[in-house]
Amino acid sequence: MSVDLNTVRRIAHLARIAVSEAEIPRLQGEINAILKFVEALDAVDVDGVEPMTSVVPMRLPMRDDVVADGDIAPLVLANAPLTEDGFFVVPKVIE
Amino acid sequence: MTDLTTLTLAEARDRLKSRAISSREIAAAHLEAIERGAGLNAFVAVTADKALRMAEASDARLARNEAGPLEGLPIGVKDLYATKGVHTQACSHILDGFKPPYESTVTTNLWRDGAVMLGKLNMDEFAMGSSNETSYYGPVASPWLPPNWSRDRARAAALSSEKRGLLTPGGSSGGSASAVAARLCLAATASDTGGSIRQPAAFTGIVGIKPTYGRCSRYGMVAFASSLDQAGPLARTVRDAAIMLRSMAGPDPKDSTCSPSPVPDYEAAVGRSVKGMKIGVPKEYRLEGMSSEIDALWARGAEWLRAAGASIVDVSLPHTPYALPAYYIVAPAEASSNLARYDGVRYGLREPGGDIAELYEKTRARGFGTEVRRRLMIGTYVLSAGYYDAYYVRAQKIRTLIKRDFERAFADGVDAILTPATPSAAFGIGEKSSDNPVEMYLNDIFTVTVNMAGLPGLVAPAGLSSDGLPLGLQLIGRPFDEETLFALGATIEQSAGPMALPEPWWS
Amino acid sequence: MATDRASAKLIKGATGDWEVIVGLEVHAQVTSRSKLFSAASTAFGGEPNSHVSLVDAAMPGMLPVINRECVAQAVRTGLGLKARINRRSTFDRKNYFYPDLPQGYQISQYKSPIVGEGEIHVDLTPDHSIRIGIERLHLEQDAGKSLHDQSPTMSFVDLNRSGVALMEIVSRPDMRSAEEAKAYVSKLRTLLRYIGSSDGDMEKGNLRADVNVSVRRPGAALGTRCEIKNVNSIRFIGQAIETEARRQIALIEDGGVVEQETRLFDPARGETRSLRSKEEAHDYRYFPDPDLLPLELDEALIEALAADLPELPDAKRARFMGDYGLSPYDASILVAERETADFFEDAVNQGGAKRDAKAVANWLMGDVAAQANTQGVAVIDAGLSAASLASLVDLIGEGVISGKIAKDLLVRLFADDRGADPRALVEAHGLRQVTDVGAIDSAVDAVIASNPDKAAQAKTKPGMLGWFVGQVMKSTGGKANPQAVSDALKKRLGV
Ligand SMILES: [Mg+2]
Ligand SMILES: [Zn+2]
Repeated sequence: MSVDLNTVRRIAHLARIAVSEAEIPRLQGEINAILKFVEALDAVDVDGVEPMTSVVPMRLPMRDDVVADGDIAPLVLANAPLTEDGFFVVPKVIE
Repeated sequence: MTDLTTLTLAEARDRLKSRAISSREIAAAHLEAIERGAGLNAFVAVTADKALRMAEASDARLARNEAGPLEGLPIGVKDLYATKGVHTQACSHILDGFKPPYESTVTTNLWRDGAVMLGKLNMDEFAMGSSNETSYYGPVASPWLPPNWSRDRARAAALSSEKRGLLTPGGSSGGSASAVAARLCLAATASDTGGSIRQPAAFTGIVGIKPTYGRCSRYGMVAFASSLDQAGPLARTVRDAAIMLRSMAGPDPKDSTCSPSPVPDYEAAVGRSVKGMKIGVPKEYRLEGMSSEIDALWARGAEWLRAAGASIVDVSLPHTPYALPAYYIVAPAEASSNLARYDGVRYGLREPGGDIAELYEKTRARGFGTEVRRRLMIGTYVLSAGYYDAYYVRAQKIRTLIKRDFERAFADGVDAILTPATPSAAFGIGEKSSDNPVEMYLNDIFTVTVNMAGLPGLVAPAGLSSDGLPLGLQLIGRPFDEETLFALGATIEQSAGPMALPEPWWS
Repeated sequence: MATDRASAKLIKGATGDWEVIVGLEVHAQVTSRSKLFSAASTAFGGEPNSHVSLVDAAMPGMLPVINRECVAQAVRTGLGLKARINRRSTFDRKNYFYPDLPQGYQISQYKSPIVGEGEIHVDLTPDHSIRIGIERLHLEQDAGKSLHDQSPTMSFVDLNRSGVALMEIVSRPDMRSAEEAKAYVSKLRTLLRYIGSSDGDMEKGNLRADVNVSVRRPGAALGTRCEIKNVNSIRFIGQAIETEARRQIALIEDGGVVEQETRLFDPARGETRSLRSKEEAHDYRYFPDPDLLPLELDEALIEALAADLPELPDAKRARFMGDYGLSPYDASILVAERETADFFEDAVNQGGAKRDAKAVANWLMGDVAAQANTQGVAVIDAGLSAASLASLVDLIGEGVISGKIAKDLLVRLFADDRGADPRALVEAHGLRQVTDVGAIDSAVDAVIASNPDKAAQAKTKPGMLGWFVGQVMKSTGGKANPQAVSDALKKRLGV
């Protein structure tokens, strides 16, 4: 499989990465080089093989239902580019 | 008196214990070495004051005989690890100015045991790279001189930010490897998603181990590919690596994938006999066109182990050739999701935009480097509607097959597997073109299988190439059997003889 | 399947009848102290970003660790829905960018949910109930809140809700009218409240529904559905379905086609409108969350949770009908809220004495409910104890007071004599009804004496008897026993 220019635009938008029209052909070339490289996998017979879900043979650990975190708004907001009255602030999101 | 930076971690530990030297002295010596080594660009942040304060506190504990296992030992920390109030950006522009209000579990364990932090180490952006050239903070130079280069020529090249022609220390833990090999720190934390500890270790003639997935907590490690990322140390000897890993590893309720099993005394395994061990040599790692000296090195390694009383057997890991392509589906897929949080809203870089979508797209376009953007797009594509099964699910099935290959070999009584660490010695900065990314990816061909199967892998220096550059061998072990790797690694280290590290041309 | 049930009313279009098909995805906030994957509080409200951990804010390197109680709540709910509990389920990431979604993905259960197929029985009328199929129930994270009214150009983001556990309960498209959908949601809400896995508080947004609506000619194949997102009251759910169904019918009858899309219900305008433009078509790129392992449940845990389940509404209703001889209607009303049902049983069984349950139910659903209503509180908070209600019923049963007096007594118990013992009140205010024959006879004589002509008519018109009874009751201030009075009158008037 290989991607066309429109697919490159679509992926870039899905990934929320601005791309200039100028760089789209280059990106297409690089992405297709990688897709070509991974085509090798088509040769493998994977019928009846379970996809790996967990690397370690372990059970999901669970925590007790206790409140032991939060009340650290200043720390949560400390690195934010823009805040007001304890909120994160972003350009208006139109519903 | 001897230059304190030439001591091994173990030697320094013992001298501190006997009070022959002070932690403040050894910290100061390394801070000075870091300053002189600035041209290598190994450190992206030096925490001198913090280091001296920690060292003084260590001296006080040493005086009270309350020394921890790493008491007073100055180390470097890969920029991937969250260090409270200290520069933590995974060497990405998108985390500009980020200072976490928290500490990673691995570094917390190191400070608990008395280690002293010198600063944060350069790396490929978000650990995506094999040459440290994708770092927002510029490439790192290896302390090894390029073949028949003069010290002056190298010093001159080191002054430029491109460092063209100098050797790469490998990546993504390039800063860690360069700093350890150049004696800017006694040891360093690193991380390994496809070979990021082991390939740099091989390129710089030092020791690195990627432990079993789940051995070290991932809490507070900036995530690249969650099912592959694992913390590990880089050090100058197998013993030093064992000492570091023992402190870094351990259970952590904050990481659901972290193993609850207790950490053994890895150092005790160093020097343990390997007599009677069965070592597998997988034929699939013998690539056609592989340089004869890598082949010879591999054979020599097997010979050393046989001489030490181990038996060498041929094994087959038939799905080996598919590990790297499968990796380049799984890792970018997980990364495309893990890196979605870098959106300019809660921390890091924000590029203004008229609406939220524009803010996202501009911020991420400017904040992520070329290689990261490329992988995020690949990852987004292989997960997108209509391609998920063909790419991601298929790759995860192949991962199961790769794991089975190893399980079969171990079930047949093999204690560990011996392979080359890299297909070649270190290459030059700017040497590999970026328009065909695959060329760079091939660096990880021998190491990536280990991450795909979640196994432990250790790389130890085993000799020099024809033009005098370090080469390493890799040992792959059973899950949670790092001890066997340390025993075997020490045997190789001893058989190969002390690797003379490069003279400090950079200072 | 074309349904002929009464509740599945067809909608008249310009070109004939239409059947509306409804399925719901209900999001119910799980009752737990801390969040699904972090130890921050789930408390409602609070200062912005105060119930937020570094995990909820998706700081680099932060990892999820699941809350055992949230898992238990999902299993309890699954058991209440007679559903299959999956011994192994997995968590997936649903990837999309939004300011109140800090991770850039929601951790949900897409491929294998914790609860599979189940069902719920919904009573539409006392004697008509329908079965609604449950497709699945899964656990997922709630998002934060974006406030858009704080500034003309900016949105403000509060992550307090970010990471709170939700149960998404997905029904089969088994509903055929707004009424059925509303009945389904209230029954589901009752069930959740009985189990204690969600308070179902719709004011607080703790129970919201995504409503899937399509229309078709009766018996025809399913039409294209539209999903109306986040409808947050039972009334609005009904309105949204009616509105959307009519929109689709009008559209099709004008030769248009329904596009599968997400829409929003605007109660003010009484319309639904498209939420996302098609070019923004979502591609969520689901994949298993590599920070978590598959969730495995062992039999022991499931059995323990099953054993601890309270009696659920359907069982309670059946028992009330069987043990107390209540009508299906009364039983349904009483079990709608667990507290009311308990109050009723408490009153019926006060002092071990099993009293007239029907009478208790009538008083409870009648005067007591009315009182509670005027006070705007729940029946159990109206100020009358189960014991008082019990002795009130006893007093009538023993013939100590008449129903009429009992009503007055109840008014006192809700007012000045709040909390007083009814028996004591009867004595204190001399409300005992008169049964002494002598006293009644003289009262009767007096009334007859002062109405000789009417007494004469009574001989031929027995209907007059009632008038006489009324007069005598009036003269005795309602305290005379009506039966005794009418007996005495019959004798005196010779009828
Ligand atoms: Mg939904
Ligand atoms: Zn949902």
